[in-house]
Amino acid sequence: MAAYLIRRLVQMVPTLLGVILLVFLLFNWVGGDPAYVLAGKFSNPDDIANIRRQLGVDQPLYIQFGIFLRQVLTFDYGLSWSTQEPVSHIFLTRLGPSIALLLPMLILETLIGVAIALAVAYVRDSWIDRALTLSTTAAMSISLLIYIIVGQYFFAFVLGWFPVQGWANHGEGWVRYAVLPILLGLAVSIAPAIRLYRTFILDEMGQDYVRTARAKGLSETRVMWVHVLRNASIPIITNVLSSLPGLLIGAFLLERFFSIPGIGREVIMAVERSDFPVIKAITVSVAIATMVFNLLADLAYQWVDPRVKLS
Amino acid sequence: MESTRMESARMDSARSLSAIAWGRLRRNRVGVVSLVVVALFLLALLASACGLIAQDWDRQYALSFAPPTFMGASQQALQEESSAWAPDTGTQLDMYGLHDPLQPVLDQLRIQQAQGSGSFKGANENTPERSATLVLGADKWGRSIALKVMKGAETSVLVGIASALLATAIGTLFGAFAGYLGGWVDALIEWLYGVFTAIPYLLLVFAIAAVLQQKGVFTIILILGLTGWTGVYRLIRAEYLKHKVREYVLAAEAIGASHTRRMFVHILPNVSHVILVQLSQQVVNFIKAEVILSFLGFGVPVDVVSWGSILNETPNELILGYGWQLITCGLAMAILVTAFAMLTDALRDALDPRLK
Repeated sequence: MAAYLIRRLVQMVPTLLGVILLVFLLFNWVGGDPAYVLAGKFSNPDDIANIRRQLGVDQPLYIQFGIFLRQVLTFDYGLSWSTQEPVSHIFLTRLGPSIALLLPMLILETLIGVAIALAVAYVRDSWIDRALTLSTTAAMSISLLIYIIVGQYFFAFVLGWFPVQGWANHGEGWVRYAVLPILLGLAVSIAPAIRLYRTFILDEMGQDYVRTARAKGLSETRVMWVHVLRNASIPIITNVLSSLPGLLIGAFLLERFFSIPGIGREVIMAVERSDFPVIKAITVSVAIATMVFNLLADLAYQWVDPRVKLS
Repeated sequence: MESTRMESARMDSARSLSAIAWGRLRRNRVGVVSLVVVALFLLALLASACGLIAQDWDRQYALSFAPPTFMGASQQALQEESSAWAPDTGTQLDMYGLHDPLQPVLDQLRIQQAQGSGSFKGANENTPERSATLVLGADKWGRSIALKVMKGAETSVLVGIASALLATAIGTLFGAFAGYLGGWVDALIEWLYGVFTAIPYLLLVFAIAAVLQQKGVFTIILILGLTGWTGVYRLIRAEYLKHKVREYVLAAEAIGASHTRRMFVHILPNVSHVILVQLSQQVVNFIKAEVILSFLGFGVPVDVVSWGSILNETPNELILGYGWQLITCGLAMAILVTAFAMLTDALRDALDPRLK
């Protein structure tokens, strides 16, 4: 186990170096000289030279790469170009709202998705199953932008059930502000989740052990909820864990529409303002999170299914 | 009985895979319908690209926010029209001694307007030919929503198809080299794949959009194409790994076919069904990605209309109570995306050589 963990962590190093190199080449080589952007419209050569020295872009590329590498390792990406706030501080303060929005969404999506998928897999090929397949197809064909635009307009603006925008990190305020974005996020993500989980469950229902369980007289409830679900949970857990870091970015539209100060909204604002340090920091950090969660997914895989040998 | 079955089996084996697939696709009702819908979209797109239809989509056909014809003209708009707005020419603003840099331009415009020879667009703002209703309504500037959505479809679908072609080409090439050659080439490309998949797709697209700083249809095709190859690569590599040890490839080697020839003349046609299905799927993905990018303002430039830039206008319109643009654009998108997705499924079924 320990040997496996160490080997996996070592294998991450070249990929991580690649990510750092890609981000570095993108921003320091393709991106050109940032000093002209930073100095503003009314600049003089002294200012530009000064900024170049401060940023270290007057150094050769390999020294700049060393600087960036040190930034990643120490999690100190300097100051934001537009707000002069430390980038690591931006990242850490925006992480909370993102998680407070996404974690409930992910848990609800998994629970509801699995329950509905189990139900329709049980009555498969009936009219309920076909109707659900049809409605999930229809639901998936509509752009997520339209869900958010119409949902925000209808539930918040017309009916006034929820505030149109805003955020609070905890307590009553969180309930007030977070419910509508979470519901809209669910409306978008539940249809593909049901479809995916339904195939996972159907795969298991064709197995021999299900027939055995039925043959020895177990109730259908027990067969479905205990035998089938435990085995189908293996791909489900993997899927949920590995989709987690992507969600951090994926919810950026929700965060933008509802003015939630999360990571996704921060990325969009940074792109709008050409705030390179913030984009670099978020890209590298999310990439690291992705790799870590992929590893966690593999470990969870083995924890749920003892037949899986990690090697 | 037996002989006819053998006959049909022999005929079946004599037909090429594409002919069999076409036959299967034609028998699939959903597949045919989605194929027709997609073909109609592509035809309309081609016509608008050639300037046959929707050429003057940015003409002001109607009043601002004119409702669709079947709804009837809104009373408010007609009233506003009757109390026509008169251009204000008399009052002079007190400039407090400051020099207005636009003064010469404004003076010239005023002279032009007085002479009645205003050639700029704003001049005919109150010409009576602007109608009170349009087929599918009008947007803020009185442009026809039907034509605008059609023009937007042209941009979005063009971006979708072009970037899908680029991404699939890169993915196929990388997959062929990695799967066929193996060794250090495979290790290198696998490393690249690991790097690209470690960063969530849209984040990577945003990062490149931030760096490039120049908007344009070509830029967005490039961004989407260069970042979206990973899915195709994964599948094509697996196919090449499988095919390179098959007998027909060994036979080709025995008669002296070069590596390149074996890769692209012998194996490629045998994995082309995977490529085709992937291409079709990528088009849908990239249309969706383009819509989101353009919605956020990182996509097409302001003078180009796309589904994303249309959707960008809709939240404010909804608050004013005008939903026509949202409904039309959303429906057009939903129909195309569904048809394309179903066509992908039908293609997958039709091209699967294991099905008989």
